[in-house]
Amino acid sequence: MTATTDQAARQETAAPSVPAIELRGISKAFGSVQANKDISITVQRGTIHGIVGENGAGKSTLMSILYGFYKADSGEVFINGARTEIPDSLAAIRAGIGMVFQHFKLVENFSVLENVILGAEDSALLGPSRKRARGVLKQLAADFELEVDPDTLIENLSVGHQQRVEILKALYREADILILDEPTGVLTPSEADHLFRILRGLKEQGKTIVLITHKLREIMDVTDAVSVMRRGEIVATRPTADTSATELAELMVGRKVLLRVEKTKAQPGDEVLRLDGLRLVDAQGVERLRKIGFSIRAGEILGIAGVAGNGQSELLEVLAGLREAEGQAWLRGEPLPLSGPECNGQARRAARIAHVPEDRHRRGLVLPFHAWENTALGYHHDPRYNPNPWRMDGAAIVADTAAKMERFDVRPPDPQLPAEGFSGGNQQKIVLAREIEYGPDLLLVGQPTRGVDIGAIEFIHQRLIELRDAGAAVLLISVELDEILSLADRILVMFDGRIMGERMADATDARELGLLMAGMEQA
Amino acid sequence: MDMATFAQVLDSTLRLATPLLFACLAGLISERAGIFDIGLEGKMLAAAFLAAAIAFVSGNVWLGVLAGIAVSVCMSLIHGVASITFRGNQLISGVAINFLAAGITVVIAQRWFQQGGRTPSLTGDARMAPLELPFAEALADVPVLGPVYGIFSGHALLVYVAFLCVPATWFLLFRTRFGLRLRAVGENPAAVDTAGISVIGMRYGAVAICGVLCGLAGAYLSTGLSAGFVKDMSAGRGYIALAAMIFAKWRPWHAMGAVLLFGLLEAVANRFQSIEIMGLALPIQVMQALPYILTVVILAGFVGRAIPPRAGGSPYVKEH
Repeated sequence: MTATTDQAARQETAAPSVPAIELRGISKAFGSVQANKDISITVQRGTIHGIVGENGAGKSTLMSILYGFYKADSGEVFINGARTEIPDSLAAIRAGIGMVFQHFKLVENFSVLENVILGAEDSALLGPSRKRARGVLKQLAADFELEVDPDTLIENLSVGHQQRVEILKALYREADILILDEPTGVLTPSEADHLFRILRGLKEQGKTIVLITHKLREIMDVTDAVSVMRRGEIVATRPTADTSATELAELMVGRKVLLRVEKTKAQPGDEVLRLDGLRLVDAQGVERLRKIGFSIRAGEILGIAGVAGNGQSELLEVLAGLREAEGQAWLRGEPLPLSGPECNGQARRAARIAHVPEDRHRRGLVLPFHAWENTALGYHHDPRYNPNPWRMDGAAIVADTAAKMERFDVRPPDPQLPAEGFSGGNQQKIVLAREIEYGPDLLLVGQPTRGVDIGAIEFIHQRLIELRDAGAAVLLISVELDEILSLADRILVMFDGRIMGERMADATDARELGLLMAGMEQA
Repeated sequence: MDMATFAQVLDSTLRLATPLLFACLAGLISERAGIFDIGLEGKMLAAAFLAAAIAFVSGNVWLGVLAGIAVSVCMSLIHGVASITFRGNQLISGVAINFLAAGITVVIAQRWFQQGGRTPSLTGDARMAPLELPFAEALADVPVLGPVYGIFSGHALLVYVAFLCVPATWFLLFRTRFGLRLRAVGENPAAVDTAGISVIGMRYGAVAICGVLCGLAGAYLSTGLSAGFVKDMSAGRGYIALAAMIFAKWRPWHAMGAVLLFGLLEAVANRFQSIEIMGLALPIQVMQALPYILTVVILAGFVGRAIPPRAGGSPYVKEH
């Protein structure tokens, strides 16, 4: 009861013309890096405002300032027309700001109810808070399609439901302004649609929503206005109706980009790899791969779509020789061991299978090592690097690395820089150069453009297609459906360790794949 | 075994379980908040010494208990500064506290009392008096009920306090705002931080409570269970309390069960100097080693899967 009257009061005090959020001249530097430069944005009350930009453009920093995680070096924040200091999260909550982080801030083994009241308890004893929260949750569920069982533990909820809990937390604290940071990264397309319905419902109730994303399609679908950030600055703010995805992409990157990959039709050749009855049970006894079988031919890109955690990562690791599994595999007609001493990364590379791992920080690179050392990783037996059995020729590796950096447009092209000194996109290019330049018959590639900016995405996609056209088989695993759809020739969808279906890329769409990704047999 | 012996063993089980229970609950609260505390042992030892020393000097056991709590809380705060504020390694900080306590107690005791690193024996008001429960006298002759009631009667006040701490801890953890936040901070401090609550404040609170409970454990050890401080008198109880805590999977009621089991073993070892099993006489050392052997067995896998608080042992660094 108090919730509704408070809200009504708050809405009355703020005249409709007063913007919900106004930032004036916000700047923030981390050491020598200027994350935010003199940023001014106005977000109108009762609208959905998108903020787009590449990784590292400063979106998250800006929102963290608004939520009291960081303190701006200079600039002012106005909430509902009043100048507001936000030194910490508590102040942000008091100002009516709620934040849904990309990585949820939930206590996994607490119930939904406990997570919702944490930090917003009514009194020293929990009893009354629990009771009130139960009622409020029921009301919110009815108002905004936000149904979640209050007594379920978070760890037993799907990612989509966990996100609902985050939204419920904000609404329980009577937030008027909701900030969502990359909310759809972990959702299936249908879950994302549901989220957007919720957001539209909230907007109709007069809430203000800030949506941070790098997915232009979402911006075009759901926002009323959009601001584009590039290198810490706002480069443009437009009503969504007056702009297009192409224009936004160009504003983000600062030059013309191709959103669709240009490629010719695949010319599949001989079968390179065949799998049959691939099965993997992990240490906890959970079956991660359930009798998987498929084949991939030279000159095609086979995409594997699926929501993260449905067995794709395990499949990639098994094929790369990093994990043992049951079942049979044939490479170019010869049996390929899936367990035993012959199953390791070195043997796979000798068999001309290259691997670009999903997690380049953990598996793809040794971050503190120089770029040239990383370039030799896994290929350190290359005779060019080893003039005799006793000596490794560092200079030869450095020279080779410099040449690869040149061909793959790695910036800065400095073989002596440690891997951690490169941006995400350039790190990925170093890994790709290493794996592609040996001319593999089969390239296994996981999440090739995760954390990579648009310019580098374009480059990486072109390289994968060139590799295909040169007659290699490419197995592409990605949780980005757009990437799978534009890059792959043939698509398999994985759900719960199974292959749910196979589609040709030119004869399917996101909706159909989305249903398969959610485990629906008949899409 | 006759009735009287049996009653005696149970009686001493309660007394021997008391310091374990305080220490176990202390560790439980600290670890629930995400701060591993291997320094229970050291805090207990320091508290035991200062409690005995002050009780002897002042002739008042309760001043001793307060002094014990004070020194234990101070050491807890040192652990807090090292591991919360300066984000040091919690195990190393805890081990340092154990070394510090083991050394400094003996050095100060020797300098102060010159009795070879011990305090003089405590007598009279400098020791904890047994507390007769009401009607213990009257019921003593009633069959069954009398002896059973007798087991629970006649202990020092801190024994009853220790066992009352069990429901109190449970209530604090699961029924109060403080408890909800404390558990959350041990599982996912980022969730607590974004909810606008100070992670550091919560963790210091937990560590301080841990200090108070360890102080009670130590004070009881030297003024209740024994009559004075001797070198290394905590004798690994801090570690056994940690084992009991893991055995109990960080739950207060289970912790009580676990420390009673350890207390029983110690009581049996004290009461029976040797035991004959199937004609084979087990020497006294075997009996005395039993609680420690049990600790190893329990930790080696009897517990099943014990999942510690997820953020345990790691300092909180703000990031997102």
